[in-house]
Amino acid sequence: MSNKKHFKLTVNGEEQEFLAEPRELLIHTLRERLRQTGPHIGCETSHCGACTVTMNGKSVKACTVFVAQADGADITTIEGLGNPDNLHVLQESFKEHHGLQCGFCTPGMITRASKLLEENPTPTEEEVRFGMAGNICRCTGYQNIVKSILAAASEMNAAKEAAE
Amino acid sequence: MNKELTREERTDALGGMGCKRKRVEDARFTQGKGNYVDDIQLPGMLQGDFVRSPYAHARVKSIDSSAAMALDGVIAVLTAEDLAPLGLHWMPTLAGDKQMVLADGKVLFQGQEVAFVVAKDRYIAADAVELVEVDYEELPVLTDPFAAMESDVVLREDLLGDGGSLPDGAHGPRKHPNHIFTWEVGEKDATEQVLDEADVVAEETVYYHRTHPCPLETCGCVASMDKVNGKLTLHGTFQAPHAIRTVVSLISGIEEHNIRVISPDIGGGFGNKVGAYPGYVCSVVASIVTGVPVKWVEDRMENLMTTAFARDYHMTGKISATKEGKITGLHCHVTADHGGFDACADPTKFPAGFMNICTGSYDIPTAYLAVDGVYTNKAPGGVSYRCSFRVTEAAYFIERMVEVLAIELSMDAAELRRINFIKKEQFPYQSALGWEYDSGDYHTAWDKALKAVDYDGLRAEQAQRVEEFKAGKTRKLMGVGLTHFTEIVGAGPVKNCDILGLGMFDSCEIRIHPTGSAIARLGTISQGQGHATTFAQILATEIGLPADSITIEEGDTDTAPYGLGTYGSRSTPVAGAATAMAGRKIRAKAQMIAAYLLEVHDDDVEFDVDRFVIKGAPEKFKTMKEIAFAAYNQAIPGIEPGLEAVSYYDPPNMTYPFGAYVCVMDIDVDTGVTDIRRFYALDDCGTRINPMIIEGQVHGGLTEALAVALGQEIAYDDMGNVKTGTLMDFFLPTAWEVPNYETDHTVTPSPHHPIGAKGVGESPHVGGVPCFSNAVNDAFRAFGLRHTNMPHDHWRIWKTANDLGLHG
Repeated sequence: MSNKKHFKLTVNGEEQEFLAEPRELLIHTLRERLRQTGPHIGCETSHCGACTVTMNGKSVKACTVFVAQADGADITTIEGLGNPDNLHVLQESFKEHHGLQCGFCTPGMITRASKLLEENPTPTEEEVRFGMAGNICRCTGYQNIVKSILAAASEMNAAKEAAE
Repeated sequence: MNKELTREERTDALGGMGCKRKRVEDARFTQGKGNYVDDIQLPGMLQGDFVRSPYAHARVKSIDSSAAMALDGVIAVLTAEDLAPLGLHWMPTLAGDKQMVLADGKVLFQGQEVAFVVAKDRYIAADAVELVEVDYEELPVLTDPFAAMESDVVLREDLLGDGGSLPDGAHGPRKHPNHIFTWEVGEKDATEQVLDEADVVAEETVYYHRTHPCPLETCGCVASMDKVNGKLTLHGTFQAPHAIRTVVSLISGIEEHNIRVISPDIGGGFGNKVGAYPGYVCSVVASIVTGVPVKWVEDRMENLMTTAFARDYHMTGKISATKEGKITGLHCHVTADHGGFDACADPTKFPAGFMNICTGSYDIPTAYLAVDGVYTNKAPGGVSYRCSFRVTEAAYFIERMVEVLAIELSMDAAELRRINFIKKEQFPYQSALGWEYDSGDYHTAWDKALKAVDYDGLRAEQAQRVEEFKAGKTRKLMGVGLTHFTEIVGAGPVKNCDILGLGMFDSCEIRIHPTGSAIARLGTISQGQGHATTFAQILATEIGLPADSITIEEGDTDTAPYGLGTYGSRSTPVAGAATAMAGRKIRAKAQMIAAYLLEVHDDDVEFDVDRFVIKGAPEKFKTMKEIAFAAYNQAIPGIEPGLEAVSYYDPPNMTYPFGAYVCVMDIDVDTGVTDIRRFYALDDCGTRINPMIIEGQVHGGLTEALAVALGQEIAYDDMGNVKTGTLMDFFLPTAWEVPNYETDHTVTPSPHHPIGAKGVGESPHVGGVPCFSNAVNDAFRAFGLRHTNMPHDHWRIWKTANDLGLHG
């Protein structure tokens, strides 16, 4: 069944070109073709959010996006959010507030939370809980995830104020 | 030399037991650099995928894989016929039964593995699965264990003897072809007599529905047979990697030293990843046949439909008491639905796990328990979902029975518990069903919990709410859920605990490096519990080297000492004990080295936080770092070079964590919607290693309890179709549904554990489920409800209200 087409994506700032079947799911493209294994597969039905990435400025669940739908898109995964020498505030905050256990949901959680804080830099607890409801965690009971995100928001706002 | 630190500063610098050490695992997980099974991509790796049965009970008349094989990129389609010559078409289960790896003439549950497709990638494999033609002949379906025990339909013809006779099963005589075992504990006649003569007897049937651990990462493996060296490497989501290695060796015939099992990072287990599944066997066979690595990872639907469910216990209880409320006897019968194969994961001598902890926290002098295991056309399993073996079932049973008894006695349920708790001075306590509880102080915990929530105030508010409801002023009722649970974890003593004949000890091996850092390897495997963080804390305190200088490694059978893995809250009670004991061996040798260096007798030095000091002269000392170096660079008479130790720890007893929980819930009678206003959880897990991690475990366990109590269910229709096969139907709570929890603790160390720790990961689940359920039941107590079954989803609650006539 050779039905391959040419695709172009920008992933974590790097342009990628390859041949793939249009039906290939973006999560497989990212994980298996481009070896960005941070985003995970938890359900393949858009429920769990372990595969969350940012695509053209929006949070999407990469398990239900065909690579054909993503052609030309600009995509950020957890790998593009920070690096060991320059971690994203959320990456520090999740560690500080014990916002993760097995770590499987964490890349999707943090990627989604980074977008949430762009959309709403000063969320209430209720807004965080609502805004994160597309991401399931089986280990933490969310209490410390919510804490991590609220703490990161405060820190980012304080840093912004200090800069202004 | 820097200014000498105080003893307290030196202790803090170690990051040892009791401190809220941040997790060392988090750097890789927060940066997307974890290494889970599906992240593994080996050169030339093929992908496996299953053809599964759409029917719950059917004969497999023929399998035609020619169209699938004709598809470009398909390497093989394995069926039972291909596995039979190797003797691998069936495999042993952990419960003494056997299970089909691939359908051998028939299927017994929907989703059963029928054929295994091996292809160049996952898309081709999925296409090929669709092209395999299987001709089925449907058979009558049994989804109800009570009907199965009456039916003429035989599910397991393979277990019939000559002329249709009924040979004994792994756990003794069988009463019917669909019967697996009867397990009895306690005194039947004496209990019946106590019940006959009692002032008050409360009876109730409590169904603990079928559910599923559903870790966020599904089960999977990568099998890689190196034909040149004859070595098989098996990466997988295994909660017990060493046991898997032994099982693979026994069933494949490959010598154990030629098998390397690796559990990499695991995305949650909760019991789902204890067992051995057909996917593992097929992947191994496929890799042996093809000579290249083969990956199999189940999708979510396969996970929910086929790998290890939990519970499905129909429990009938009778509890007797004096007029004053002193419990005198407990009788429990369980009909246990095990599905098509008995693949429960329990220690061999306990076919119903530790269900005989069902006397709970109470001093019940006489008790009897009988469990009948039954085959049905449902998926096999029966694992302990976030609990020690069947302990959640036991805790739910007794905590519901006590509530029903309180109704029967017209007593307050908190007071009824208080007058029946085992007293502090009764420990070690011998229970009527055979356990020796190690330690506890239930009254202190209970009083602390009730005071924290202002229990009397809650009851007054509830009474007022009932009046307002009756007066038509509100449509919301209020429930106060209470639970005092006692767990039994840390399996277990080799004298009575084994799995497949393997004693349930655990192990730790420590190597101290010359510069005073170390690596310790254990027989367990973390699935999110943070072992790399907490076991280093135990060692830091035991050997006086900083936790940050100690690497903890688990999950590679080539390097780690043999152990039985992580489940049933056994890591801290068993491997944690091994860690402390191995640390003490290190310390014993360090003491001799220190004495030599300080030129005194061994008995003249003593351990002090991070050093050995001369008794009475603490200014003369050798730090553990100095001692480590000396172990590698000095010739010390009578002492071998190096500083290493191994401990295999066989626990003398289980540990018995306990807790007191209170849930305050508002219920909208017209919609059935529940609102958890408050949840207070007091846990006593003995010595606390890392309070931050304990609190995280409690939050997580309570949330899994909320899920199970309020909606999570594996449901079947009468045809054996799974009705809850995706996350659309199977309830996993999100941040939106979950409340904030209040955590608290008391500390009653285990007297037999080297550091007094009891384990905590499962307590909140064991205690949480009855607490949420009791809150729902309690809300309707004033309107005549005795008991309603879980899961308490909105519909069932609405129905309960409707049945009670509350909708006018």
